[in-house]
Amino acid sequence: MPHLDAAHNLARWLVRNPADAQDIVQEAYLRAYKFFSGFQGGDPRAWLLKIVRNTSYSFLEKNKPASLTDEFDEKVHVTETGAGNAESEAVRSGETRLLHEALEHLPANFREILILRELEGLSYKEIAEVVNVPIGTVMSSLARGRERLREVLLRVREKEGLRDG
Amino acid sequence: MADQFAPLLHAYFDNELDLVHSLELEEHLKRCPDCAQELWSYQTLRKSFRDANLYHRAPEGLEARIRAALPKEPRVVEMPRRRFLNWAAVAAAIAVLLVITWRSLPRPQTDFLAQEVVASHIRSLQPGHLLDVQSSDQHTVKPWFDGKIDFAPPVKDFVEEGFPLVGGRLDYIDHRPAAALVYQRNKHFINVYVWPESEQRVKEQRVTALEGYNIVFWERGGMYFCAVSDLNTGELGQLVHLFQ
Repeated sequence: MPHLDAAHNLARWLVRNPADAQDIVQEAYLRAYKFFSGFQGGDPRAWLLKIVRNTSYSFLEKNKPASLTDEFDEKVHVTETGAGNAESEAVRSGETRLLHEALEHLPANFREILILRELEGLSYKEIAEVVNVPIGTVMSSLARGRERLREVLLRVREKEGLRDG
Repeated sequence: MADQFAPLLHAYFDNELDLVHSLELEEHLKRCPDCAQELWSYQTLRKSFRDANLYHRAPEGLEARIRAALPKEPRVVEMPRRRFLNWAAVAAAIAVLLVITWRSLPRPQTDFLAQEVVASHIRSLQPGHLLDVQSSDQHTVKPWFDGKIDFAPPVKDFVEEGFPLVGGRLDYIDHRPAAALVYQRNKHFINVYVWPESEQRVKEQRVTALEGYNIVFWERGGMYFCAVSDLNTGELGQLVHLFQ
């Protein structure tokens, strides 16, 4: 099935829960299948990821509206993470876990753009299509997202240092 | 950190910056340790992303689950109903149909020729790679190709139309030597590749885009042409029109 890993990766990072991510991917593929006649050429992966993204946001608005408005990054809740993903938490360690935590704490709009760029390797143009913003906005969001991630990473590390010591 | 360079630094880091700004920024980086440090920190961040194994691949079973959930009625093709055709077979057929439809779509990432010309275009913009013969005179550029390739590319200067000829270069496209004619439009460079036609290539004019570059292919008088640039399709189309 085309782009299934990409679809799952995006959904998983947006909703931050394994079971919900799978439901969303399934729904998105059914929608893609149903609305295939609406596909007007262009990049099929970007088109599909756009549907995955819309499905993820509809889900969050309906089920977890707080996660869309919470400014997680302003006050890092390090201890709160890991609630829904104990399964993967065990295998991660050190820096990897810190980056994972920091990324989960970023606001969704920065998180999704970083995922699409750094993990999926999409171009600015493709990201602009998926997220439905101008290319200039992609650039500025990436700039702010990377700066925020660096800050959060720093704070997570400090907190981690305190916890260990 | 020089503020005016902040967003450009990201575009540069992501390979999305045009040549002129890239060169400007590289100059700036030599003089500004803050920006250099900033760039270095993004490189470190990217490396962490790769090392950290953050990618959530689809779990096993998800694909089967989606296939099972697809509508049981075929939408595109009316299939004859037969009693021995069980639901599983129908679902499988739809899944196959879905994959085939998807695969038959034009896919920019498998357009090898487009990838090749874009790679060549980017390489040509690196310092010292753009021109083998620098001249705006078509009567200088055209004879330069004599003896270097086994065909005579049509070399024309379109300075009056706003596309001055900058020079020419020998390149290698589509498994054979090609002439590259370099034109300039304001601050944008345009590479026009010319090589003799072969049987495998379609002859229709084709416009595509890859990695932020616009590409136009066309055929004329037994030659293939391909124009590549970061110029918008409208202006690139004007140059193509001049060639035709």
